[in-house]
Amino acid sequence: MKAIFQNELRTYFSTVIGYAYIAVMLLGVAFFCGNINLSSTPLVNFEVVLSYMTFILLILVPILTMRTFAEERKQKTDQLLYSLPLSMTEIVMGKFFAMLLVILIPLVVICIYPLLLGMYGQVPYGTVYSTLFAFFLLGACLGSIGLFISSLSESMVLAAVLSIVASLLIYYMSSLAISISTSALSSLIAFSIAILLLGVVMRILTKSTPISLLFTAVCECVLVGAYLLWENHFVGLFASVVKSLSVFERFYTFVRGQFDLSNIVFFLSVTVIFLFMTVQSLEKRRWNG
Amino acid sequence: MIEVNHLTKTYGNHNAITDLTFQIEEGKIYGLLGPNGAGKSTTMNIMTGCLAPTSGSVTIDGLDIYEDAMEAKKKIGYLPELPPVYLNLTPLEYLTFVAKAKGVKRSEIKDQVAYAIAATRLENYSKRLIKNLSKGYRQRVGVAQALIGNPQIIILDEPTVGLDPLQIIEIRDLIRDLGKNHTVILSSHILSEVRSVCDHLIIIAKGKLVANDTPENLERIFAAKSTVSIVVDGTQADCEKALSSIENLGPVLYTRNSDSTTTAVISIAPDYDINKKIFFAFSKAQKPILSMTNSHVTLEDVFLELTTEKESFGQPEAADPQAESILEPATSESGRSVAETEEHHQ
Repeated sequence: MKAIFQNELRTYFSTVIGYAYIAVMLLGVAFFCGNINLSSTPLVNFEVVLSYMTFILLILVPILTMRTFAEERKQKTDQLLYSLPLSMTEIVMGKFFAMLLVILIPLVVICIYPLLLGMYGQVPYGTVYSTLFAFFLLGACLGSIGLFISSLSESMVLAAVLSIVASLLIYYMSSLAISISTSALSSLIAFSIAILLLGVVMRILTKSTPISLLFTAVCECVLVGAYLLWENHFVGLFASVVKSLSVFERFYTFVRGQFDLSNIVFFLSVTVIFLFMTVQSLEKRRWNG
Repeated sequence: MIEVNHLTKTYGNHNAITDLTFQIEEGKIYGLLGPNGAGKSTTMNIMTGCLAPTSGSVTIDGLDIYEDAMEAKKKIGYLPELPPVYLNLTPLEYLTFVAKAKGVKRSEIKDQVAYAIAATRLENYSKRLIKNLSKGYRQRVGVAQALIGNPQIIILDEPTVGLDPLQIIEIRDLIRDLGKNHTVILSSHILSEVRSVCDHLIIIAKGKLVANDTPENLERIFAAKSTVSIVVDGTQADCEKALSSIENLGPVLYTRNSDSTTTAVISIAPDYDINKKIFFAFSKAQKPILSMTNSHVTLEDVFLELTTEKESFGQPEAADPQAESILEPATSESGRSVAETEEHHQ
């Protein structure tokens, strides 16, 4: 794992990607910090800067992860990885930690900013640093999603585009969900469309029609059954479920000054789930050649 | 050392390899031979754990390549069809990475890398970026990578493809050197290349094993189809009469030439000193032999026959791993065409 980690890190910094990521992150923070914390009507809340930075993060992390597996596959170096005495988990974790370190570097620099601001005003250090921590976890989440998508593709451009689309979808899904009417029936329809979409994604990933159909049918049946039994509970349910699934909504609770352990557990779970899926997707490739 | 048991790999409806079984013994150089698309790379990918078989198993020194993947893979160095090199690294950096990934002890990394670089004669190129190296040198980096960790078995998939003749000779010498300390398996679709270095040939066609023997044995078995072609100043009846005194002759094909001579193509058994007997037989009959040409079946012919003709004759039992039972001499018709092409070469 250490060898993969070192090699991956070297790749980030032997190409422009690693430097570009750090530079754009620092530039973004500098821009928002200048406009919010140092403007003519200054606001000491540095966490607001970070909440603006989430949009930049969701564009940058896919660019960081696009190369990881797609390029290995294209250059046929994945053959080497498969033939090395390393488990797939070690390979994925090596690459994940290297990515995590790159994400961490600008954040370490940013850590100093609140201290500097603190010299001129009252900075809520607790909120600021817990938000910074959540920002890092958000990066890990988006990174693991990016790694997973990169493991599915042979083209890093496609991997980047798909990852950004996926991240944008997560970013906007709570506002989209709120725009749906809160009636129980519209909740039901929204859920059933979501299940269908999930079925389609499953079909694409597993290439198995019967399993996907069965999965979709069972889920739809359970959904309709639940609707018939507890219709009242469906009022506004879709919006609240989507909101609780959005990593960005979870992040904003930190910006609002709430340190909720369940949100941290949620971030970690999403990361672990996508890393696990990455391992599975690579193992599957060993079977399909 | 390596046991390949009833290996089958299916992609969709297409069988890449079908029920492949063979053993690899220690200390020999093996050639895995077959035309393009025969399943050589698939077989090698499965043997090295890069690909999972649909059914069957591969064990390395008793370790299953799936069940005990970590231990089994340490015994193998693998060069895939395309050298799996990182273009943004130098050979030195790349080999150091591979050594670390293979779990070579920290104290030995430097020695191992130096050994691999020396063995593949990369000394002058070890500090250039791999993307600036030519195909031949990238190939060498790929071979060097396989040597790292001092594996007992080295598997090379078409190691000489895309190299110039001088590089081919160098790689061949390198393989011969490696054969002294390692078990080497290399694949190729060019027979002459394998022939000069390999102790043992495994020939596959369309995913099936068609022969598994030493080059000498394969040639000997097929040499039954060797022929002597003579031109005699006389009729077919004269020839038949003269030849009747010689024992152990195969079928003879006669052609009447325009200048009242007869050409006889005589099938002969291997290692049979026949030329003198034919000479004396015709001399006794007072029928002068105007020319006598011997043609031998080369390994190339054996290869072509095994990988193409068996298919056209529609003999599915060609998949039988028992080489001897398959290697029956083909019909005299094909034997003659082989002999004729031989003559054209001469």
